[in-house]
Amino acid sequence: MPLFVKNFHHKTNTRYCHVIALALVSFAVLFTSINTFAGDAKGPAPDFTLASKDGGNVRLQEQLGNVVLINFWASWCAPCREELPYLEGLQQEYADLGFTILAVNVDEDPSKADILLNDIPVSFPVLFDVNDDVSKLYDVQAMPTTVIVDRDGNQRLLHHGYKSGDEVKYKQAVKALLRE
Amino acid sequence: MGQEAVVAATKQKLPSPPGTVRRLIIRLIIACIILGLLTWQAFAAVLPQDRSDAMYHSYQGGGMSIDGPSILLRKKIGNHVSVSANYYVDTISGASIDVLATASPYAEERTENSVGVDFLHNKTLMSLNYTTSSENDFEAESIHFGVSQDFFGDLTTLTLGYSKGNDEVGKTGDDSFLELAERQNYQFGITQVITKNMILGLSVENISDQGYLNNPYRSVRFLDASSARGYRFETEVYPNTRRSNAASVTANYYLPYRASVYGEAKVFSDSWGIQANTFKLGYIHTFGEDWIVELRARQYQQDKADFYQDLYSRSAEFNFRARDKEMSTFNNLSLGLSVTYEFQFSAANFFKKSTVNLDFDRVNFDYDDFRNVLAVETPVGEEPLYQFSANITRLYVSIFY
Amino acid sequence: MKAIKSKQLRLLAAIMILGLASGCSSTFEPWVKPYERDNLADPIMSMNRNPVSMSYTNHAYQAREGARGAEGGAGGGCGCN
Repeated sequence: MPLFVKNFHHKTNTRYCHVIALALVSFAVLFTSINTFAGDAKGPAPDFTLASKDGGNVRLQEQLGNVVLINFWASWCAPCREELPYLEGLQQEYADLGFTILAVNVDEDPSKADILLNDIPVSFPVLFDVNDDVSKLYDVQAMPTTVIVDRDGNQRLLHHGYKSGDEVKYKQAVKALLRE
Repeated sequence: MGQEAVVAATKQKLPSPPGTVRRLIIRLIIACIILGLLTWQAFAAVLPQDRSDAMYHSYQGGGMSIDGPSILLRKKIGNHVSVSANYYVDTISGASIDVLATASPYAEERTENSVGVDFLHNKTLMSLNYTTSSENDFEAESIHFGVSQDFFGDLTTLTLGYSKGNDEVGKTGDDSFLELAERQNYQFGITQVITKNMILGLSVENISDQGYLNNPYRSVRFLDASSARGYRFETEVYPNTRRSNAASVTANYYLPYRASVYGEAKVFSDSWGIQANTFKLGYIHTFGEDWIVELRARQYQQDKADFYQDLYSRSAEFNFRARDKEMSTFNNLSLGLSVTYEFQFSAANFFKKSTVNLDFDRVNFDYDDFRNVLAVETPVGEEPLYQFSANITRLYVSIFY
Repeated sequence: MKAIKSKQLRLLAAIMILGLASGCSSTFEPWVKPYERDNLADPIMSMNRNPVSMSYTNHAYQAREGARGAEGGAGGGCGCN
């Protein structure tokens, strides 16, 4: 016996209008759905200490007085690869004005970070969050995630994901925070 | 006179069953409603990866030799659009058992061109694809539209698809022969991330065709004492509609030493009485950073169409008659091996990665009610059941940028 | 006929409620976090690692078998962006 035998019934005019009305609602919902990907997160940025690639530990609190850009990335994340050179550019441009980037690598195997770092050398600290503690602390909801912290240690920008052109947003935010 | 007949045939349009357009619109609306509501929870969707592939494909077996190239180009444009194009050729020579029974070996060529565009809008991925296929006695075109949405934290992906195809069936040696067929596919798919290491998928597809649905070269045979062989051939007659449903479940599981295992189970049933199921099992193993090896097995089993019979007792015994072995009761088993070598380039390069691949499958078909009529020494109706093996090879180079 | 219509309407209503409910709870907690997706992002976990080869293989079988449809899949992966 065939599966899923369907019987098609003609729809009446009223049913058709009913469905059209639902369709209009659905189109409205589909094209006006709001997704916040860059938000102004208030409040102090949670403190953390992580091992750095260059040896030793790095603590966020020690950066008070500087503008900090925390970037959560991984070797398996294609947009993270695209973003890294722009972050290096940003670091080089504003390092002297009291700005640093902390790149938190979330790979389970820290040696995987070298896959990207061998090709894209960076001058900012690369930290290893092997147990995902800091990722949980910052409630990372997408890969990559960028958090920009001001000189007083407060979270000022939260950006999920990376698309070509987002580096402009980072630059604008960093410039504004450096002037404060 | 022949020309007028051809013109008349091309202008003739097959009537759709009543309410088709309405049904179609309603289904599309329902799809939009579901997607519309679920985009409230929308997060990601990504465009397909940029790549180019150049493949040599080959099928050898059952008397047939079919090979040719397949070339794919895909490139993102900006952040929202990805375009792709595919060029495919089949160069066919030889003759399968169906052909040998009634005719002689032939050679022909089929070309298939496809272009597509993927559009990422507000985290919804929409795809549009147009394909044309052309050979000296068959033309087909089809269009496919798909929508894909990730939600529930990117753990679930919902896909809806619709395809529409039109075929023009011709017959070599008969210029006045021209038949049309059309087809619509509705696809629904859902993939779900279960754990850090496991993904499950469900896929459902409903296909309905109408028009001239058989192969003009295929014939049925019926007992005829007056013929030298004891039987004669006449053209197949198929119903002019077909509705089918297929559903498959897939699972992928990651093994800690960088390997994976996958499985698939599929069921199929249609309005012609064909019931089939497919089982696949595969194991992918990596050696170092650069080598990927895959081993796989696939088993397919099918029950015959209601109107299939290897031998009829008289001409036009039933309204519908088929002897195409594709409609018979059979099973096939294939075992396959794939080897891939990856060249990893610098992430900062334009070309990020390149792979060289060899995929090979050996498939054995075993028929339960299709007989090998070339065995002329045996009594009619008692010829040995047919079976054959084929080698399916794919050799290709891919480049990622 | 009426019974089938109302059944379909009920199904649609159920889907709407499900959808709206999911929309309301904008803090859905995925049990696999985005930063835990390394294995899922590996190409060997992809359903369609080599699309050209896979579509050819599907075609080779479909041309010789009565069954068709429900091939292919999507999803999994890195879920980036």
